[in-house]
Amino acid sequence: MKNQSVSNNIDWISIIIYALLVILGWLNIYSSSLSSMEDTYEKQLIFIILTIPLIFIVLSVDGKFYEKYATIIFGISLLSLAGLFLFGKTIAGQRCWYAIGSFTIQPSEFAKAATALALAKYLSDTQINLKEVTRQWQALAIIILPVLLILPQPDPGSALIYSIFIIVLYREGLPAWYVWTGFVTILLFVLTLVLEPQYVILIGLLVFLIIHFKSRLADRNIVLSSILFVLLSGFVLSVDYVFDNVFKQHHRDRFNILLGKTVDMKGIGYNTNQSEIAIGSGGWLGKGFLEGTQTKGGFVPEQHTDYIFTTVGEEWGFAGSLVVIALFTGLFLRIIYLAERQKTKFSRVYGYCVAGILFTHFFVNIAMVVGIFPTIGVPLPFFSYGGSGLWGFTILLFIFIKMDANKVNEW
Amino acid sequence: MRKVLLPSLIILATSLLVMRIFYLQVVDDTLKLKSENNAIKKKYEYPERGYIYDRKGKLLVANQASYDIMVVPREVKETDTLEFCQLLNITKEDFIKKIEKAKVYSPRLPSVFLSQLNKSEFAAFQEKIRKYEGFYFQKRSLRDYEVAFGANIFGFITQVNEKLVAKNPYYNSGDLIGRQGVEESYEDLLRGVKGVKYFQKDKYNREIGSYKDGKYDTIAVQGEDINLTIDAELQKYGEELMINKRGGIVAIEPRTGEILALVTAPSYDPGILVGRQRSKNYTELYRDSIAKPLYDRGLLAEYPPGSPFKILTGLVALQEGVIDENTTVFCNRGFSYARGRFMGCHCHGGALQLHRGIFESCNSYFATAYMQTINKYAKPAQAVDVWSNHVKSFGLGQFMGYDLPTGKRGNIPDSKTYKRIYPNGGWRSTTIVSNSIGQGEVLMTPIQLANMMATVANEGYYYTPHIIKRIEGHTIDKKFTTKHVTTIDKRHFKPMISGLFDVYNLGTARSLKVEGIDICGKTGTAENFTKIGGVRVKMEDHSIFVAFAPKDNPKIAIAVMVENGGYGATIAGPIASLMIEKYLRQKITRLDLEKRILATSLQGRYAKLGGLSEAVKLQLRISDSLLKKKTVIPVLKVKIDSTKENKQAI
Repeated sequence: MKNQSVSNNIDWISIIIYALLVILGWLNIYSSSLSSMEDTYEKQLIFIILTIPLIFIVLSVDGKFYEKYATIIFGISLLSLAGLFLFGKTIAGQRCWYAIGSFTIQPSEFAKAATALALAKYLSDTQINLKEVTRQWQALAIIILPVLLILPQPDPGSALIYSIFIIVLYREGLPAWYVWTGFVTILLFVLTLVLEPQYVILIGLLVFLIIHFKSRLADRNIVLSSILFVLLSGFVLSVDYVFDNVFKQHHRDRFNILLGKTVDMKGIGYNTNQSEIAIGSGGWLGKGFLEGTQTKGGFVPEQHTDYIFTTVGEEWGFAGSLVVIALFTGLFLRIIYLAERQKTKFSRVYGYCVAGILFTHFFVNIAMVVGIFPTIGVPLPFFSYGGSGLWGFTILLFIFIKMDANKVNEW
Repeated sequence: MRKVLLPSLIILATSLLVMRIFYLQVVDDTLKLKSENNAIKKKYEYPERGYIYDRKGKLLVANQASYDIMVVPREVKETDTLEFCQLLNITKEDFIKKIEKAKVYSPRLPSVFLSQLNKSEFAAFQEKIRKYEGFYFQKRSLRDYEVAFGANIFGFITQVNEKLVAKNPYYNSGDLIGRQGVEESYEDLLRGVKGVKYFQKDKYNREIGSYKDGKYDTIAVQGEDINLTIDAELQKYGEELMINKRGGIVAIEPRTGEILALVTAPSYDPGILVGRQRSKNYTELYRDSIAKPLYDRGLLAEYPPGSPFKILTGLVALQEGVIDENTTVFCNRGFSYARGRFMGCHCHGGALQLHRGIFESCNSYFATAYMQTINKYAKPAQAVDVWSNHVKSFGLGQFMGYDLPTGKRGNIPDSKTYKRIYPNGGWRSTTIVSNSIGQGEVLMTPIQLANMMATVANEGYYYTPHIIKRIEGHTIDKKFTTKHVTTIDKRHFKPMISGLFDVYNLGTARSLKVEGIDICGKTGTAENFTKIGGVRVKMEDHSIFVAFAPKDNPKIAIAVMVENGGYGATIAGPIASLMIEKYLRQKITRLDLEKRILATSLQGRYAKLGGLSEAVKLQLRISDSLLKKKTVIPVLKVKIDSTKENKQAI
């Protein structure tokens, strides 16, 4: 029986971790919702219950369906994103939602899965070789298209997630210099903000000279090295200019808080400060379930959504935080492990995308909450309150679990 | 190689997060403290202060309810502002200003709109308070003075200063604390212990329930009631007698060391430091640096005591054996103690023995006795130390250790004193002979004078003066029941007392004799100078009188000092004798004398010194406390359960 084989081959480890995360998430939403009048924990419970039929649907759809219709799903997803400009509902300045009655739905939460499918479909074509520049640009176009639709909503948090696809492309043969460029860009950006531009250039010069004289690679073209150096110096100088002149004040503030330059705990620094206080007051073992004073007092804004991890930190302490982080990390590594043993390139790429998307959310969210990343609206997968998010992540994950369970049948 | 990137990135990033969380939760302690400040609110329950009674159980200080009108600006609705202002007796401008001020503090939290309304001021508003949304009241407990005297004894209640808040963890900013008088010295007993309740608060600072179900909450402990050793009637009479004079009276029960009266003049009605006018009145009192109504002259005024000190000079000389009762000194209206040095004397002259020497207050006699005491020893330094120790055994030249927060040591010189004054030596008995008659380097406060008389009355011992009589459930400090015995043998007191007795029969206080009461006393005067317009001017002498009575089985020892009162027998003497009569008989027979003293005003003399205008004094009822006689509430005391009154410090 086909169904029999699905339940036999299904990866129960991933599902158990998933279930644990969802339950822990709900408990923390329950705790944090006690401070507000809203019945968020009840709504979230409904969302969670509704994931069960959703999972069954995802698992019972034919394994080939996703590969077959990936392009169409991607197309619909892009349309739904574009449609926001016409029919979207604006909440807190962001035009990210469709309103159906009292329920709202956020298409960008589903677009990630769609993009992952499209990318997997594109790369699974045996003709595609990422060594070719044209192919590289086509693959990048799949990623950038939804980003271009999400950025102006504006939802930089969701857009940021798409950067992880570079890593997926690298796994499939994208030249390393793309990754290096990205890495160096980020490094230089942060260094320039922390230090003064001239010092960064000086350090850069030293690094170049050392590489040039000591390294075996020194036989490379000195002209190329020099051009690269000048380019990077130009970038460093422009970061300073862009930061001061192109960035808006609230963007600058977000970076300045992290760099310890602005200390305004009542205004822009409030979220991060309160969030750090809540987590920090948890200690080794936390204050206990429903005993968090910061949580009860409702001091952390958006606690049930983006800042849900503060409840974990305050009420469950370092021990609880460690458990949650371990569960997430375990899930990511499990998915990568499963992806690597896939028989088809399609499901391998897709699995990689799933791990990458979940990981990026996880890292950006917690890093923001503990104050080492600028404030940006990214939910914690399976934890944060919200139906679209929960369903989006569930669909994303279970499509892969379905593919994984199907791999035997494909022979 | 390409397979490793994402897993490594995940592990690297996760480690980074774990380290950061470890730092926040385990390494950085400050966040826990911040969390407590953030989310937990302490609310205090202030117990009612203990009542103060006099030695006979008469209630002197109780508490009254007072009301603070509170406002939560957000909840205030459009109302009849005019009526509201009329009810509270404020102007519309006041109303707007106060609301604005409250908004600045917080639109969501209650803040004080109008503070310390008394019952009658509050009554009219109370009926209509329901009409005014956003306005609440908060009951507080304030001191209610049942008498208009004794301000210096009671002290007053004020807000604790920030320095003490930092030093003493019991107090929080805004708490009330006793200052001066027994309110200060018995603060710990009178105030009780405040209770604390912990509340969870939210980001708007609102309470949203008790913290941990009240696990850490404590209950307030009621303040203790105390009985003072003060005799209210005597105290009141003393203050009456001191109207329009400056100075102090201290009366002590010799047998026990209990302070029966502690008068300072000018004083003020303790009631003026309560309620809405408190800070204004306090400022006025504080600013009067000349009349100093907040300065307790009975405890703090140090003067050369003058003639009363002859008692000690005589006793020391007797103890040292340099004179006896029959030693005769010839007085030639003065005493030529060194070449070209002459000490004048007011006595009738001729040959005197100790007895007449005392009641005629002969300078020559005591100067001689003193010089003989000093000359008994080979070195004057040694002699002065012997003498000094004798005198100090009467509790002089040191803080006496009584239970009031202010005091002065006075000064009894010893060899060190003179080494400092004459670093090259060369001083002899003649150099320091002024000490014999209570001048020179000798300084005493009125309470020290009174204690000296109590010691003489006891024939050689005293108990540390104290003002606490009884504390419910506590025993009085042991130091107040420990006998201090002087270095003078008991037998030497007899002749001294008989001399002091004849001060009233034959001597300087002849006119002050009270029929049927054997009083022993001694007049005194203290020279004093002041600067007027930069010129040193000799002012009228301070009038001093010390006494005890009855001669056998003494019940009261007293010291009276009237600034610029002149000769001891003119003002201080009559006051002392009236006080003694009042205490022993509860009735005054010499109404003429009483009338004369009550009518005596030295304000003319004081006016030269400057100070507050009479108009301000009248307004403050300084030294005029008796114009307003309060009805005395019966001793029976009904206490409100104060734990139900949340006197929240804002």
